[in-house]
Amino acid sequence: MKNIIVCLMPGATFDKPTAGLLAAARGLQPQLTIIVPGIVSDDTTAALAGQADNVICASDDGLDEYQPEIVLGVLQSVCSDLNPDIVLLSNDTYSQEIAPRLAGRLGGVSAGDAQSLSLDGDNLRITRSVYGGKAIATVELRATPAVVWVRAHSFAGLDAKDAPGTIEQRSITVEGDAAKHLGATNIVERHAESSGEVRLEDAAVIVSGGRGLGGPEPFEQLKDLADAMKAQQAASRAACDAGWVPPHWQVGQTGKKVAPELYVAIAISGASQHLMGIADAKVITAINTDADAPIFKHCQFGLVEDYKAVVGPLTEKLKTLLS
Amino acid sequence: MKILVCLKQILDPDIPPRDFAIDRDNRRAARGSANLVTNIFCENALETALQLREKAEGEITALTFGPSSAEDVLRKALALKADHACLVEDEAGEYRNSATTALVLAAAIRKLGEFDLIMVGREAGDWGAGQTGGLLAEQLGLPSVSFVDSIEATADGVTLRRQTELGWEKVEATTPLVVTITNNDENVPRIPKTRDIMMSARKPVTNWKLSDIDVTCDDITAAGTALEVVDLAIPEKTTECEFIEGDSIDEKIDAFAKRLASIVQSA
Ligand SMILES: Cc1cc2nc3c(=O)[nH]c(=O)nc-3n(C[C@H](O)[C@H](O)[C@H](O)COP(=O)(O)OP(=O)(O)OC[C@H]3O[C@@H](n4cnc5c(N)ncnc54)[C@H](O)[C@@H]3O)c2cc1C
Ligand SMILES: Nc1ncnc2c1ncn2[C@@H]1O[C@H](COP(=O)(O)O)[C@@H](O)[C@H]1O
Repeated sequence: MKNIIVCLMPGATFDKPTAGLLAAARGLQPQLTIIVPGIVSDDTTAALAGQADNVICASDDGLDEYQPEIVLGVLQSVCSDLNPDIVLLSNDTYSQEIAPRLAGRLGGVSAGDAQSLSLDGDNLRITRSVYGGKAIATVELRATPAVVWVRAHSFAGLDAKDAPGTIEQRSITVEGDAAKHLGATNIVERHAESSGEVRLEDAAVIVSGGRGLGGPEPFEQLKDLADAMKAQQAASRAACDAGWVPPHWQVGQTGKKVAPELYVAIAISGASQHLMGIADAKVITAINTDADAPIFKHCQFGLVEDYKAVVGPLTEKLKTLLS
Repeated sequence: MKILVCLKQILDPDIPPRDFAIDRDNRRAARGSANLVTNIFCENALETALQLREKAEGEITALTFGPSSAEDVLRKALALKADHACLVEDEAGEYRNSATTALVLAAAIRKLGEFDLIMVGREAGDWGAGQTGGLLAEQLGLPSVSFVDSIEATADGVTLRRQTELGWEKVEATTPLVVTITNNDENVPRIPKTRDIMMSARKPVTNWKLSDIDVTCDDITAAGTALEVVDLAIPEKTTECEFIEGDSIDEKIDAFAKRLASIVQSA
């Protein structure tokens, strides 16, 4: 049996990615421990206990919100004590930031964006997309602990176990080596913005725009289209890099991984790195002047037209059809 | 401010999938006719460093670990006016995992001297590991911040803006510090001038072997086997696209709208 630990981040809730992460962990073996640094609600703790043998709420004075060096110190302290073989984290910004550093501190090895997990004898194997989505690699992690962040959204959550696990409160004082950088970095402002009311990852319909739109104004036009479809707006990297829309609209390898029922790609060519973000979309469609654009190879249906001639009338038609 | 930027040379990530092939025995991409280029996030990092140097005085050192061909990424950095460049040559010329790379980069950085800021890309466009920055911070015993997209120097350190999945955060940090850089509209890499490209060919590049930075074969082997690619494959995916037809554009839009509406209604 492996000693598997799932580390969540401060403020974690039992949401879809958390459920997915725990399902990924339970897919390896039923026994696991969850560590939650910082403050979490009783409801969340209870829901977590339904998925694990043991939930450790590990808090340090001053750990109200995520701060990299404190969270790292707390996780290092608890993990040094529990001696895990495998540490799994989710795919949020904070988990991605912590994973390699925790591996470095615990003398283990790290990897990210695991799409599947399995045990091969003693070792953890993961699959992950590489070369911008053009290939898929199976990677074996042979040092202990194997610290991996998982593409949590892609796993379906599991029902609670028959008997809930124990809940333990641990008050941790980060000290010694684990404390060496406390105070070196300090998140002083947090700004949450979004492209709509729902997180892109949870959106059912997404209207996404690319470089072919030619500027920021057409995104306003796409907003009307998105509103008509109750959709969230997103973009390709090229559109974000041009400054037409904010960076967190970006979908793809280094942007959001989305899983809508419908993804409408407008003036997006469909580079493999962009497609990596929409692998879990149910239906992909596109509007593009170029019938040979790679995006169409991933579309169930598509429209070869200039977006300029399409978006206005399409919006009007959809308003009527969907009213 | 003394800045070190780590740059990785990779196979051009923009090659179309039909030109992409795998060297299955060695579990890596076949070179084929693809160019070798600087990883885009490393270019974003260099651009961020150049902008920082324009505002706060300083020096930029470019560092790469790779086969001799990796000198090209350093020449390009020199053309963009990096002050110094260092190549740690990997005679085996293989893909190295992040653990090995972090070990080598850390050894090279220790030999190069003291730096206030060590900048790496958020991930390399070939293997997309995204691990080197964090591992390097631990190797060097430094704090780190990831997904940074702009940096300002302050009296006693730096103020960073970094991206999160919901927006952004402002981070105050002391130096020395490791940061991983992501893209935004302000760090789109500048293009070197032809004249500067020519001048860069004559600038010196420090060329080290692994033995010069006291990294042994055993170190490399240990880090290399800790994380191994056991299989590499090209995913099969073909969706037959039905192009919406119609006698007029209006008819096409009509048909398209109906298809969209029916999916939205059941979503
Ligand atoms: C390491 C790495 C990570 C990356 N991560 C991401 C990522 O997360 N997300 C991402 O999106 N990209 C990512 N990229 C970039 C990616 O490779 C592409 O460069 C990018 O996706 C291209 O964006 P685009 O499709 O909007 O632009 P283009 O490729 O320029 O395509 C524009 C399209 O618009 C069409 N068009 C032009 N005019 C019109 C018109 N009037 N009407 C209709 N169609 C029109 C054109 O036919 C073309 O197909 C990454 C690249 C690297 C190397
Ligand atoms: N061989 C290398 N030489 C120099 N820098 C590297 C090398 N490999 C990785 N890096 C740095 O680490 C970043 C992230 O790479 P990775 O962790 O491999 O995805 C890159 O953007 C580079 O800045």
